[in-house]
Amino acid sequence: MIELRAIRKVFNQGRHNEFCALHDVDLSIGENQVTVLRGPSGSGKTTLLSIIGCLSRPTSGRVSLQQRDISGFSERFLTDIRRHTFGFVFQQFNLIKGISVLENVMTPAYPLGLDYAELRQRALALLEQMQLGHRASAPVEWLSGGEAQRAAIARALINDPQVIIADEPTANLDTHLSKRFLEIAERLRERGKTLLLTSHDPLVCESAVVDRVVEMRDGRLV
Amino acid sequence: MQRPLNPRYLLRKSDIAFVLIALLILLVVATQGHAYYGRLHSKSALDMKQALVRKLGLTDLCLFTEARYTRHLSQADLHTAFQDHPMSLEHFPSGSLLAPPQLLKRKYEKLVP
Amino acid sequence: MKNWFLKQRYLIDYTLAALLRRKGKNLSLLAVYTLVVFLLVSVMLFSHSIKQEASHLLQAAPELVVQRMVAGRHDLVPAAYVEKLGQIRGVQRIEGRLWGYFFDPVVSANYTFMVQSDEQLPAGYIVVGDAIARTRGASRGDVLSFRGYNGQLFSFTIDHTLSHDSGLVSADLVLLNEQDFRGFFGIADGQFTDIALTVRNAREVRKVAEKVALALPDTRPIMRDEILRTYESIFNWREGMILVLLVGGVLAFVIFAWEKASGLSAEERREIGILKAVGWETSDIIRMKFWEGFLISLTAFLCGYLLAYGHIFFFSSALFAQVLKGWAVLYPSFALVPYVDGLQIATLLFLTVFPYAAATVVPIWRAAISDPDTVMR
Repeated sequence: MIELRAIRKVFNQGRHNEFCALHDVDLSIGENQVTVLRGPSGSGKTTLLSIIGCLSRPTSGRVSLQQRDISGFSERFLTDIRRHTFGFVFQQFNLIKGISVLENVMTPAYPLGLDYAELRQRALALLEQMQLGHRASAPVEWLSGGEAQRAAIARALINDPQVIIADEPTANLDTHLSKRFLEIAERLRERGKTLLLTSHDPLVCESAVVDRVVEMRDGRLV
Repeated sequence: MQRPLNPRYLLRKSDIAFVLIALLILLVVATQGHAYYGRLHSKSALDMKQALVRKLGLTDLCLFTEARYTRHLSQADLHTAFQDHPMSLEHFPSGSLLAPPQLLKRKYEKLVP
Repeated sequence: MKNWFLKQRYLIDYTLAALLRRKGKNLSLLAVYTLVVFLLVSVMLFSHSIKQEASHLLQAAPELVVQRMVAGRHDLVPAAYVEKLGQIRGVQRIEGRLWGYFFDPVVSANYTFMVQSDEQLPAGYIVVGDAIARTRGASRGDVLSFRGYNGQLFSFTIDHTLSHDSGLVSADLVLLNEQDFRGFFGIADGQFTDIALTVRNAREVRKVAEKVALALPDTRPIMRDEILRTYESIFNWREGMILVLLVGGVLAFVIFAWEKASGLSAEERREIGILKAVGWETSDIIRMKFWEGFLISLTAFLCGYLLAYGHIFFFSSALFAQVLKGWAVLYPSFALVPYVDGLQIATLLFLTVFPYAAATVVPIWRAAISDPDTVMR
C-alpha cells in the first residue's frame, strides 16, 4: 500500500551539524496489517514514520501511496492527503490543553467545514468505542494516562483514515494498559485499518497482533 | 465537576459570540435611530435658541465662564489672555482645552490691502 | 461558499475556546481596550455635537462686529465711529452694543451683562440666565443686588429667567435696559462696547470689513464667518488636553500590539505544532488567529462606542463635566443634541480593529509556517 524507494533524510544540510537520519531505505507497508518499526533511539524510526505519514518530505527518494507517487506534491495537497489517509497517535499524546476531550477529538476535522451535528455525533461515537463516552465534556487535563491515549486514538480516527500511525504507544503505559492498547490495535485491524507503530517494547514486538517487525539501526533497515 | 453531555444541546461558542455581536451591532444601529429622533425632537428647541441668538446679537456659546477670553472665544484676540500681565501663564483649566481662534493665526494685514 | 462559512465557524469556535482558557487576562485586555475606545469616542461625539450646534446657532450671529483696541486692550467705542461706519456702502444697519462682564463675589461667578437693542426692559428690572437663577437661588420677582462701578449697591428685580434649554447660549446672561447698564458700569452716553453691523448682501461682508479696517484703523472687525470657523475648530485634536488624550489612546494601543507581537510562549508554539500535525494548514492557523484579534477588537469597539454614546447623550458627559467646568461656577447643562459623525466613527472602527487583528497574526507567523513534523522531534 505504501512504497518507499531509496529514501534519504538529511537534517541541517550544508551546515556544520549536518546529520543523516536515514540512509537509502526501501520499504513496503502492507495493507490491513500491523507493522512495527523496532530499533534503539536514534535509529531513525521516528523520522521514517513521519515520512511515511506525509508529515515531512525525504531529502531524496520516492514515496508512493497506493501506486500513486506523492513525492512531488505541494504542501496543501500533501496535507489534504494526510488528513484523509493517516491518523497520528503521538508518543506524548499531544492533546490540546484547556479544551474538552470532545473538542480535542473534533479539532482535526475543523478545517473541513463539515456539518456540526454530524461531526459531533461521529466524535461521540468514537469516544464510546474507546470507552470514553462519559469523559466527553471533561477537560483533557483530567484524563489518566490510559484515557489520554485512548482519546488520542479517537482523535486519530475522526477523519476515518486508512492508516493509523502510533509512535512508541506503550512508552508511557504500564503492562495492563499496554495490553489494552494491543487489544484496540487488533480491533482496528479487524475493521480493515492498517497500523504502523514504532516501539522498542518487547511486549509490542512479540505480540501476536503484530504481523511484521522491521528492524532498524543507524538509519538503515537491518 | 462534569456536566452531563446532552447530544441535543448543540450550543456552540461561536453561536454565543455571534448572538452577542449581533446584539451589540443592533444597539449601535439603535443609537443612530435615537440620534435621528433626538434631532427631530429638538428642532423646535434649536430654532428657539437660534432666535435668541439673533434677538440678542450673541456671538458665542456660553461654555466656559472662567475668563473673558474663554467666555467669548470668537471675540478674543491674541492679547486678551495676557491682559493682566505680559507673562501671564495659562492658569484657567479651559485654556488647555481651547486654542486661540484660527483666524488669529493669520496676520491682520490680509484684510487691509 | 457555505463550506467556507462552516469552516470559519469552526475556527471561531477554536479561537474562543483558546481565549476562554486565559479568561482573566483576556477579559482585562478587553476591558482596557474598551476603555480606550470609550474615551476617544466620547471626545469625538462631544466635540462633534457641540460644533454642530454652534454652527447652527451662530448662523444668527451678527454679520460683522467691530471692536476697538487701545494699547492691545479692548476699549470703548465712541459714537463718532458709529456715524463714520454709517457712511460705508452695503451696511444695512448699525448698532452700538453695550455688554460687559461682572464678577459676583457672592458666588464667585462671572456674569455677562447685556443690553437688548430691540426691547427695552423697565428700569430696575433684569432678565437672568438659567445658571444664575440656579446659583443664586433666585426666580421671578426676587431682588438681586450688585455693587456697581462706584462701590454702591444697585438692586434689580428679576422680570423673568431665560429658559433652561437655551442655557448653551444664555446661561450667564443678565439683560437690562440701557440706562441701568450705563449707570451701573459708569459708561457715559455716546460710548459703546462694540458695534454690530448688518450687511445687506452676504457676499459683501468681506469688502465691508476691509472698508471698516481702512476707515477706523484702531478697530478690529470680526466677521460671522470667522466666528463660525472658531467654533469649527473647537476641541481640535491638536490642542491641549485633547492631544494628551489622543496620545494616551495611541500609546495604549501600541502597548497592546506590542504585547501581542512580542512572541509566543513555548506552550503556544507547541499548540500550533499540534494543530499542524493533526491536519491544519498554515492558512487555517493564520485565519484562526486573525479571528481572535478581530473578535476582541470588534467587541471592544462596539462596547466602547455604546458606552460613550450613553455617556454623552444620556448622562450629559458626566465624566467630562469636571474638566469642562474648570474653575467656572456657572456652566450650561451639557444635554446635547445627538450628532454622530459617521465618517469619524467608521475611521476609528477601521483603525481599532484591523491593526490589532494584524498585530495578533504577526507573532504566530513563524510557528504557523513551521513543518508539521515538529511535534514529533
